[in-house]
Amino acid sequence: MRKKVLLMGKSGSGKTSMRSIIFANYIARDTKRLGATIDVEQSYVRFLGNLVLNLWDCGGQEAFMEHYFTAQRDNIFRNVEVLIYVFDVESREFEKDIHYYQSCLESITQQSPHAKIFVLIHKMDLIREDQREAIFKAKEEELKNYSRPLDCHCFQSSIWDETLYKAWSQIVHKLILNAPQLEKNLHDFAEAIEADEILLFEKTTFLVVSHCLKKEHSDLQRFEKISNIIKQFKLSCSKCDTSFQSVEIKNGNYTIIIDLFTPNTYIMVIISDPRITPALTNYNIKYAQKHFENLETSQEQRT
Amino acid sequence: MSKMMSSSVIDQTSSLSISSQNILSNGTIVDFSVGSMPANYGYDESFSKEDDEEDSNEESSQFKPRILIMGLRKSGKTSIKNVVFHKMEPNETLLLDPTTKTNLEDISCCSFITFQVYDCSGQIDLFNDPTCDYIALLKGCGSLIFVIDAQDEDQYTDAISCLTQTIFKGYNINRGIKFEVFIHKVDGFPDEKKMDIYNEIQQRANEMLIQQDATESLIQKIYLNYHLTSIYDHSIFEAFSKVVHKLIPQHRQLERLLDFLCNSCGLERAFLFDVASKIFIASDCISPLDTQLYELCCDKIDLVLDISNIYAPKDVEGISADDSSYTCVKLNNELYLYMKQVDKFLAFVCVIRDEIFVENRGIMDYNLTLFKDSIKDILSAQKTVSQDQSVNNQNNTNSSEPDTSNMANSILGNF
Repeated sequence: MRKKVLLMGKSGSGKTSMRSIIFANYIARDTKRLGATIDVEQSYVRFLGNLVLNLWDCGGQEAFMEHYFTAQRDNIFRNVEVLIYVFDVESREFEKDIHYYQSCLESITQQSPHAKIFVLIHKMDLIREDQREAIFKAKEEELKNYSRPLDCHCFQSSIWDETLYKAWSQIVHKLILNAPQLEKNLHDFAEAIEADEILLFEKTTFLVVSHCLKKEHSDLQRFEKISNIIKQFKLSCSKCDTSFQSVEIKNGNYTIIIDLFTPNTYIMVIISDPRITPALTNYNIKYAQKHFENLETSQEQRT
Repeated sequence: MSKMMSSSVIDQTSSLSISSQNILSNGTIVDFSVGSMPANYGYDESFSKEDDEEDSNEESSQFKPRILIMGLRKSGKTSIKNVVFHKMEPNETLLLDPTTKTNLEDISCCSFITFQVYDCSGQIDLFNDPTCDYIALLKGCGSLIFVIDAQDEDQYTDAISCLTQTIFKGYNINRGIKFEVFIHKVDGFPDEKKMDIYNEIQQRANEMLIQQDATESLIQKIYLNYHLTSIYDHSIFEAFSKVVHKLIPQHRQLERLLDFLCNSCGLERAFLFDVASKIFIASDCISPLDTQLYELCCDKIDLVLDISNIYAPKDVEGISADDSSYTCVKLNNELYLYMKQVDKFLAFVCVIRDEIFVENRGIMDYNLTLFKDSIKDILSAQKTVSQDQSVNNQNNTNSSEPDTSNMANSILGNF
């Protein structure tokens, strides 16, 4: 199942960097080497087995932008599932940015009226920490106004921390067909093994695709933090020509197991009951694998 | 104590260009009975009164070797200190302000050693500054790290002349100082260029030392070591680990313990890490240090610490050290990274093969409890020794060690 995802925004706003980090295993520092994207770069990313994201990274230089809205309009804006528009928070030409944004929205309304719209306020690391919330809220208000009557979801992001993962997790989550079913199955699984929390990650990007919570946790940003942490570890392992298969952390307060689950996902189980041994949890995970694999294949067959 | 130390220093034939690899395979230079720094010049209490920074008097009975970090300005000293000891992200160091005042910090994270790190300002010329008592600083110094910015080629000459001046002054005040040169910021260079820079700096420093040395035998006597480092990868941690090894008197004992453990449990590699700073206190000597495995272990510690921080209950700090806790990472090339906390600051990390781990898990856990006990014994033995020494010192306030006579007497006289 192919889903077309448009990535647009001014030149230098960070589109290619983001894409490289999430989908191409770049570390944040490596993105310095990236040059300006010429015209449109298309890439196909396999996600969760049955989903293929057709990513259109549209170069943001003015010459290209003008072209997109005129000669290439049909080609670019047709059949779009998701539009991701990236704003550089430090941009001094906000008016111009808005102008392009609105042209995009116009074209989308005409060609793909059902597309979901996500706006990323990017490079938030350049703003001082105490001002970030306020500035983001202000921009969000403005953009929601400009986007009317269309609905847009705004996120703040930066390639230097976990906010990037949060934004992209949410975006990708909306594209997964069987998200509710997956969640229900995870919920049942969590009940059965008495886990506090279960997270399901996509294998290559480590974005959280589903989760189930039995016990409340105070840290609301933990999903993206964990994505970030594990992704960093995965990258370090690949530098040493190896990769990790599973992680087991046991102490008096909790047991955490991260393991390969289905061919496309990793699972993370957090159990705080000390009586449940890791061996038992591992067995349960292996047993449940088959069930979830079947879910995936039936999903693939359906599409 | 100092007489013993000075004699063993002169006996050491440490040549100028020992590369860091050689150090490990030669075995250690420092003998167990001698600290890298005399236990007590009488400076622990009195000196800290002179120097009004955060020194803690109650700990003066402990061994507190001093590490000075010096170098020209903008060479990277404060960044190194922050990245290694304060878990700062390397890219955040770009936002650091230049250091204006020399900072003293007690790094008490590691059980074996509480060392003081002096981050000297590059803007002040330490030797000419009237407010800075460099003699006292250098007297108590165990290792002097001189940082040279490898990317700034124009400054090489200045840096090297500052280095030679520091070496001369340092050696005259304290024969026991180990000089370590960090050839820093090498992350941008390809490997060949790194070796070229390494050789060039070494050569030029040697030349300048020989040129300026009146006695012409200084080079044989001083301990001078070069390292290629960068805060953007693990090389700075490795280099710092090697510096710290020489300051820990029990280092050889720890290495032997780890060797026993490796042999008896069939481990590929074993490390004793200081969890907070990711410096390894000791590793086994069965094979030369594999940088990749070291990096993997460092990253694993990061992973575990970060996840633990998210899920730990509010009142619990860090990783728990009880016998049943462990962390295990399975890699896809049939290796396991197994980690057990030895005490609050130290973690034992080993690399072991799949089959062996599964078969010998029980034996290994048992051996590890014995290992933990040995480490506790070593720690408490060290405490008793230093307590005895401090008691002795307090009783003999008027005894003056040869090198420290004037200084020690004048300060102690204030009691």
